[in-house]
Amino acid sequence: MNKAQTWEYSPAPESTDHIQLKDRYDLFINGEFVPGVEGRYFDTINPSNEEKIAEVAEAGKADIDKAVSSARKAYDKIWSKMLPKERGKYIFRIARLLQESAREFSVIESMDGGKPIRESRDIDVPLSSAHFFYYAGWADKLEYAFPGRTANPLGVAGQIIPWNFPLLMAAWKLAPALATGNTLVLKPAETTPLTAMKLAEIIQEADLPPGVVNIVNGAGETGKFLVNHGDIDKIAFTGSTEVGKYIMKSVAGSGKKYTLELGGKAANIIFEDAAIDQAVEGIVNAIFFNQGHVCCAGSRLYVQEGVAEEVISKLQKRMESLIVGDPLDKNTDIGAINSKMQLNKIKKYVKLGKDEGGTIYQSSCPLPEKGYWFAPTIFTDVSQSNRIVQEEIFGPVLAIQTFRTVDEVILKANNSPYGLSGGLWTDKGSKIFKVTQDIRAGVIWANTFNKFDPASPFGGYKESGVGSEGGIEGLSGYVNLV
Amino acid sequence: MSKRIDIQKTYKLFIGGKFPRTESGRYIKWTDVKETTVVNICRGSRKDFRNAMVSARGAVSGWSSRTAYNRAQILYRIGEMLEGRKDQFMAELTLQGLSKKQAENEISQSIDRLIYYAGWADKFQQVFSRVNPVSLPYFNFTVPEATGVVAAIAPDDSSLLGLVSIIAPVIAGGNTIVILASESFPLCSITFAEVLHSSDVPDGVVNILTGYRNELIEHFSSHMDVNAIIYCGDNSDDKKLVETNAALNVKHVIHFPNQDWAKNLHQSPYHILKCQETKTTWHPIGV
Repeated sequence: MNKAQTWEYSPAPESTDHIQLKDRYDLFINGEFVPGVEGRYFDTINPSNEEKIAEVAEAGKADIDKAVSSARKAYDKIWSKMLPKERGKYIFRIARLLQESAREFSVIESMDGGKPIRESRDIDVPLSSAHFFYYAGWADKLEYAFPGRTANPLGVAGQIIPWNFPLLMAAWKLAPALATGNTLVLKPAETTPLTAMKLAEIIQEADLPPGVVNIVNGAGETGKFLVNHGDIDKIAFTGSTEVGKYIMKSVAGSGKKYTLELGGKAANIIFEDAAIDQAVEGIVNAIFFNQGHVCCAGSRLYVQEGVAEEVISKLQKRMESLIVGDPLDKNTDIGAINSKMQLNKIKKYVKLGKDEGGTIYQSSCPLPEKGYWFAPTIFTDVSQSNRIVQEEIFGPVLAIQTFRTVDEVILKANNSPYGLSGGLWTDKGSKIFKVTQDIRAGVIWANTFNKFDPASPFGGYKESGVGSEGGIEGLSGYVNLV
Repeated sequence: MSKRIDIQKTYKLFIGGKFPRTESGRYIKWTDVKETTVVNICRGSRKDFRNAMVSARGAVSGWSSRTAYNRAQILYRIGEMLEGRKDQFMAELTLQGLSKKQAENEISQSIDRLIYYAGWADKFQQVFSRVNPVSLPYFNFTVPEATGVVAAIAPDDSSLLGLVSIIAPVIAGGNTIVILASESFPLCSITFAEVLHSSDVPDGVVNILTGYRNELIEHFSSHMDVNAIIYCGDNSDDKKLVETNAALNVKHVIHFPNQDWAKNLHQSPYHILKCQETKTTWHPIGV
């Protein structure tokens, strides 16, 4: 008997009637919402139904100048002179206000970005306020983070974040920068500006001194104005390796500091002695979490030969039970692809995978007619040199290979220009320590995957980035040690 | 009776534990301040650098997986060997223009710096590791880990102490290094290679080249297998070139301006951390 046929899930949509959204959002500069100098607006749409949610002011060069100079003024006159413990209290306030508005933020995050409400409600939003809470406490304890040295703030930070975890990435950027005494200009991604604008409202409500946090919207061009601005002391960027390299070149010789969280192509390794059912759940979480829009996604699967058949057949069966659909439905496992552009990129890679000779398997789930959707997809019969094995797809597409020995799989796992994360599944403790040591990546999940916490540093080796965010290490990118 | 003819030293490169001549076959004439001594210094080439990179990469896994205690002992051994060769360095440093007193200081400080980092080799990981109190039922810990191969342009003004101050924290942290010696004062950098050679430092862990900065800096900074690049100096064009080339494969960039390397500021575990990555591991807690 097929349970899926017997037990249908009834729709369980999260209500949207309690959220407060404006039709139009301006730039948040010097503590106020102001229209852009050039008066241009762009639409932000709901990727699950392609409907416009609101329009958002686009920042041009003159707006970036205004934002940076207000950040500089706030740094010189207020924030760098404030007692650290008082600075901390403002950050605690933001954490608390965010907790109180958690439900509203979750709904807006899912509407604007397409991620399942279960994830925005249980992961993105609570982790964001936890991040503010964690770093708030550091503000007056920096001498314990850097023994033997004094940690001074850098000045004004320009921060650019991606669309996959819009609010969480804003929290990762803002919290440590503020705790260490910097002021900042944040640019959210152009497809997901709304929760950052709601965060700006909270920052206003928290009575943070004007200019300490400025939030400007726009696409790559706006980001360039920020990166190349002469009065920025530091760039913090999360996004693609390509843009990360552009930033490194742009700031070369300028004396600006930078931290970069870039792309990934993580190896997820299943050994024969793993708890197979748990490992299969782990594979699903590694690659299908947030539609695979995760820089640390486990997008390369390596299964030891003896269990390959079992793992792949269990994985295919599990994929059939994943619910793809309305992000606001509490039963949904996989939401909408963030944008049409990203959907096209995923389709391009899947075509490439087929052209290169890979065998494709896709979940047979029905996809909604309107909106941007992609079914969970796995490829077998691929090899190290295939582009879908080497390049970051940023979608729900998994490339599966097999291996025989530990040395072989370590070699294969490390055969990548990236080094952000990795995972392994085995019940043997000594093997865990051996493999976690040998994988060249910043975050390793053993018998788990895609776990995050404010106290836990996150950052990449090789072309996956420079510097870490989270934990004590997350403070380092915002201080000069003297 | 005829006067005895001195045997002059041939200054070669130090690559993979061996002392080859430059493959370029080209030499730089180096003359001391009094213009009484002239020696040939290898004009290291791109090919020499690439050979050194192969050695350095090959040595990473062995060196980084040595026990911290063993690395500490080898660093201490380098200090011991340098102590035993003081006279040789005295002669070269004075030839390079230092007074006897200055040369003595430079040597003592170099030895002390090696001993300082020998002491850190088995402690920095302990001091800068953490168990992170995550809000989930997981055991989560963070450790610093060697970045891999470091390419370095050594300080030009401090031929021994500057060189040692760059090499010691890099190798104490488990990295390997290819370093371009001071262009102005190259003699004791190559002699220092002889010290390394007799100190149980595995082949390839330290590679020392001589040559022109302006010929080699491009190759040092653009090589795709370099994990971190250290640039010592104040030339803003060089600095910009290094930072631009670092973008090719997202190298770490570490810059030291010209400075007095004798200052205590230049010995610090934070210098070791500059060539370390941060690795965080998660594991569930449960039955």
